[in-house]
Amino acid sequence: MPVLPMEQGLLLAALLFALGLVGVLVRRNVIFILMSIEIMLNAAGLAFVVAGSRWAQEDGQVMFVFILAVAAAEVSVGLALLLQLYRRLQTLDVDAASKMRG
Amino acid sequence: MDWFFYIPAVVATVATAMVITRLNAVHALLYLIVSLLSVAMIFFRLGAPFIAALEVIIYAGAIMVLFVFVMMMLNLGPRTVEQENAWLPTRMWLGPIILTIILLIELIFMLRQSGHQPMTTETIQAKQVGIALFGPYLLGAELASMLLLGGVVGAYHLGRDSREERN
Repeated sequence: MPVLPMEQGLLLAALLFALGLVGVLVRRNVIFILMSIEIMLNAAGLAFVVAGSRWAQEDGQVMFVFILAVAAAEVSVGLALLLQLYRRLQTLDVDAASKMRG
Repeated sequence: MDWFFYIPAVVATVATAMVITRLNAVHALLYLIVSLLSVAMIFFRLGAPFIAALEVIIYAGAIMVLFVFVMMMLNLGPRTVEQENAWLPTRMWLGPIILTIILLIELIFMLRQSGHQPMTTETIQAKQVGIALFGPYLLGAELASMLLLGGVVGAYHLGRDSREERN
């Protein structure tokens, strides 16, 4: 297999991260915001694996496992919060949560 | 040209762009699965087969199934597409996109300046990753297990229907 330059992988990670950031900034639906956060975490993991592949070390892959654990914990709590938001306010609009009291 | 890297890279970028522009949440979720599978393909190419398998099993499998379950519980009807359309006027998405593109261009410019660093072609097996995970990174693995326990407890506590308790 031909040798890839490291910038190509980092460029892809940057591109995916920017797309996820746009999703978080633009969408108002909580489901889409959670999906965009998943995209950003995945892009960060890709950058770690690319860096691990550059120096042929396994540390980057270990970091990806940690990112996976963080993503799983984050999405479970986030989706539970989403369910509570929908139960209380009957909408998925994040702006509606600004009126929530205690 | 290394097609095993560039084809999945293009597929991942296009699928991710489709995720953030779809109005129907289920369509966006299916595109997100495509994006995650193509990133798993890239991990195979980069010599990380263990991580590629984890990406398919945990990201594209478990986490996406969680999203599907929540969408089933919400029972969203066809009116949500019109609602999404109303939530996305042009003036709302233009500003963030322009600012993000500026930051992305700056990042690409900085990455291009670093010169060509060749990546390795050798494969890192799951055994090496496991030895590192439970050797020098043992504390991190323990902390991750505690974080997951906290996630389970938090999801149970928040996901409970509080109206049932009052009755």
